[in-house]
Amino acid sequence: MKQTRFNANHRKLGAKMIEFVGWDMPVEYEGIIDEHIACRTAAGLFDVSHMGEIHVTGRDALAFVQHISPNDAARLSPGMVQYTALMTAKGTYVDDMLVYCLHPEFYLLVVNAANTDKDYAYIVAQKGAFQIGLDNPSDRYSQLALQGRKAIPILQPMTDVVLAPMKSFTCAFGKVLGKECLVSRTGYTGEDGFEIYTLDPEPGAIWDAVIESGKPHGLQPVGLGARDTLRLEAKLPLYGNDIDDTTTPLEADFKWIVKFKKGEFLGRDVLVRQNEQGISRKLVGFELVDRGIARPHYPVYVSGAETGHVASGTFSPLFKKSLGLVYLPIGQTAVGTEFEIGIRDKRVRAKVVPTPFYKRDY
Amino acid sequence: MTTGIKNIIWEDNGMYPNNFHYTKDHEWVAVNGDTATVGITDYAQNHLGDVVYIELPAVGKHLDVHQTIGSIESVKAVSEVFSPVSGEVVEANIELNNSPEAVNQDPYSKGWIIRLKMKNKGDLQALMSAADYEKYLEGLEA
Repeated sequence: MKQTRFNANHRKLGAKMIEFVGWDMPVEYEGIIDEHIACRTAAGLFDVSHMGEIHVTGRDALAFVQHISPNDAARLSPGMVQYTALMTAKGTYVDDMLVYCLHPEFYLLVVNAANTDKDYAYIVAQKGAFQIGLDNPSDRYSQLALQGRKAIPILQPMTDVVLAPMKSFTCAFGKVLGKECLVSRTGYTGEDGFEIYTLDPEPGAIWDAVIESGKPHGLQPVGLGARDTLRLEAKLPLYGNDIDDTTTPLEADFKWIVKFKKGEFLGRDVLVRQNEQGISRKLVGFELVDRGIARPHYPVYVSGAETGHVASGTFSPLFKKSLGLVYLPIGQTAVGTEFEIGIRDKRVRAKVVPTPFYKRDY
Repeated sequence: MTTGIKNIIWEDNGMYPNNFHYTKDHEWVAVNGDTATVGITDYAQNHLGDVVYIELPAVGKHLDVHQTIGSIESVKAVSEVFSPVSGEVVEANIELNNSPEAVNQDPYSKGWIIRLKMKNKGDLQALMSAADYEKYLEGLEA
């Protein structure tokens, strides 16, 4: 099993460890609910070093990113970050990803841990005549996410990156605890916060320093368990649950990442057609009306007929109810629409609700 | 990991009350006359993590040995609870509807799940003592 460079830090804190896509990762420390609430009210520190990092460099770097992504990377100047998809020719997701413009000829793609190898092979296969260099140095990267309203006072004392003026979805190079890092104002929780990337071979001291600095602010280390509940409340999609190579960004309610006017990209013709003809299903948020917890893969019934399954579903630690995401037939996606979910031998009532379930108020 | 009331009540007996009976599925049974109180063990609650919902059976329901009592939902998983003995449900712990966390904080006392009127006290002979259960757990963790 692969270990991140913070493995000893997690074990020292008594984390429950699990295998996650080949990585030995912390699933929880003090408990998912405590960690979730700490991140919502103060701050949380996550080891996300399992994420993949792919470098696209050279003269055609921008043209290549434009080819594989539906969002418009031409809008990025160095220091800007963009959420987008890695597209199939069918207009569906190979993955979702962040594109960091570090230099006009250097783009960093941050992809899901479960997909890193698949994505890199796919990207290499798209290279064609583009004058680019491709590299997958994921194993050399470590990545932490510091999320929550207290992120700036916790991180600022140990970095020369001036955090407060940084805009959302921007990044800067600088030192954190004396170690060279790339710091971006991004995250996967719905909170303000930062993600810190480093190639330092021994970054463990950064973890300990953030934990120490964060203690008086109420920071807790957060495992993969609460990472999932946090991202779901903010309606941030999870590849494999909410999006995959059978779903398009239009169906997933991510039309805003599809910039038809930018010119050619993989899958564009399919998406143009789908946009004109209209989608037949859409990813929407739901909550259970009856008691219970709807989890991924549970069957979904609209007017008594099975139409699919729950994409994401969990108990929301913030709202204390069962929330989730589901693809429903178009026409059945209006807020308030009731449908049923099969939970073991019962069918319970659910209804479509507005999303995101959680939006920060600061 | 011992916490709260459980630790105070059973501190002399270690992690698992000596006078209880245990199953391989990590349920416990406390017997008083022909009434059996059933819950899940400290090991089980620790593995589940934060418990947020317990599906309880109706009073009057008859349960056979190893029949499903109901399900326990934690944030991250759902797990079934099986009846260690046969009998009729005489009480369900409806307090758990409002405070499911009692299963985590106090699994042997406030976190009880159901009381059964036992049909066959002989069912208890198939269950483990505290010492045997602790040995069983060592085997699981090895």
